Amino acid sequence: MLKEILSVKDISKRFNDILALDGISFIVSSDEIVGLLGPNGAGKSTTINILLGLLKPDRGEFWVDSLSMHNDREEVLQRMNFFAHYAPLPGNLTVFQNLYIFSIVYGIRNKLEVIDTLLRQFDLEKYRNTKTGLLSSGEQTRLGLAKAMLNSPKLLLLDEPTASLDPSRAKEIRGVIKSFVRENRCGVLWTSHNMYEVEDVCDRVIFLFRGRILIEGNPKDLLYRWEKSNLEELFISLVNEPIYFKGEL
Amino acid sequence: MNLVRSWAIVLRQLYLMRCNYSRVISIFIWVFVDILLWGFLTKYLITLTHKGINFTSLILGAVLLWDFFSRIMHGITMAFFEDVWARNFINLFSTPITVGEYLLGLILSSTLIGSFAFTIMLLVAMIIFGFSFLAYGITIIPFLLILLIFGISLGIISVSLVLRLGPSAEWIIWPIPAILSPFVGVFYPISVLPTWLQILSKSLPPSYVFEALRSILFYKVFSIGDLLVGGVLVLIYLGSSSAIFLRTFNYCIRRGILYKFNAENIT
Repeated sequence: MLKEILSVKDISKRFNDILALDGISFIVSSDEIVGLLGPNGAGKSTTINILLGLLKPDRGEFWVDSLSMHNDREEVLQRMNFFAHYAPLPGNLTVFQNLYIFSIVYGIRNKLEVIDTLLRQFDLEKYRNTKTGLLSSGEQTRLGLAKAMLNSPKLLLLDEPTASLDPSRAKEIRGVIKSFVRENRCGVLWTSHNMYEVEDVCDRVIFLFRGRILIEGNPKDLLYRWEKSNLEELFISLVNEPIYFKGEL
Repeated sequence: MNLVRSWAIVLRQLYLMRCNYSRVISIFIWVFVDILLWGFLTKYLITLTHKGINFTSLILGAVLLWDFFSRIMHGITMAFFEDVWARNFINLFSTPITVGEYLLGLILSSTLIGSFAFTIMLLVAMIIFGFSFLAYGITIIPFLLILLIFGISLGIISVSLVLRLGPSAEWIIWPIPAILSPFVGVFYPISVLPTWLQILSKSLPPSYVFEALRSILFYKVFSIGDLLVGGVLVLIYLGSSSAIFLRTFNYCIRRGILYKFNAENIT
């Protein structure tokens, strides 16, 4: 039985004249990877930043593992973690120092053991004492993902996690994330512009357009319903002819 | 408040110092130059004037104490800038750490490093110029505390300014101690200032510290009045700066400034 890990209800956010999010509601269950898709400016990053507590919504609320961000911020963030390619870990600290500091912040008990396991899992053992800024972008991505798994989160937010990886490494990392989800029965909200990747990993996708959810569902069902051969085709027609999909709202 | 999470912020600063010795050198170099400059000037003044005035304690003590305040203030700002330069706010504030714990971490790391540097420079002044804090007696401790809290308060205000105006506001932050020093009577009594400037001086807690220390040195009188007024004033500064910081932080959360905080065009 799938448990509701993230429940978002009627969230809106306006920046001056721009309505970035217009009353979006959705859920993410345990053991489920949900793709948050949409063109640039659709509201994906705004959604992620609201969920991380870095941005306050004008309206609406959300719950992680039945705990409200509004009332239980620390407990909610203790159950979450995230990785975004645009938020690298401090480059002037070593790989180990970065992971150690975040393990203190998350209150991990067996810090050294957890860090060693993650370094092994992400093939970063030989960089343990290397300054993070000296790593390649692919290695930094792996370190960021290791940080994201430090506290065994129940909800993982991934903003284009494989953006800077070569196809082979990207496939490997997708495998690691998928097995992490199955083992920890956590929920994942995954944004990506790589539609092949989304079809590969996501159990469900949510298409955002101009701050609203346009369509939502299992990728295969959506392709069948809208008579498209792949998600990229669906994505393009959604962006070019959003009115065609309005009936879904 | 979870002190362990604040410790993580302190540990980060200690790691940074261990990784880069130029950071350690930068703590000592300027105050060392100041001690040499003012120390030799003091020696010269002693040869010019009649005996009895303790120029060494008067001037070198003032240099060391003012540097202690500056170091605490700049220490908080520098630690904050480390996160600005590393674009680390998203990583940090998406964890359970609270803004209070983060701020406490900045304060603790700055106090730790500032106190260490102060102790070393005290020893240097003692060895080279025969300076001794014993001239002030144990009464210096509460006055040091006032300078520490004032440094913390201005550090918090500086951090708020950078949050609100963007990283380019750093040019406003660094000269603050130099701008304040003429008005707080570091080297001379505030009575030499014009009356209208004395009003400004009396609103700054360090004025009471340096007036009181001169009173101890020259007249062997401990001014409880200066201690009380300076103490109350500095607590008002601390409360106000904390309130300003929280207000600014909440503004950043509302406006979506925090997660984009590396841009120069933040207004």
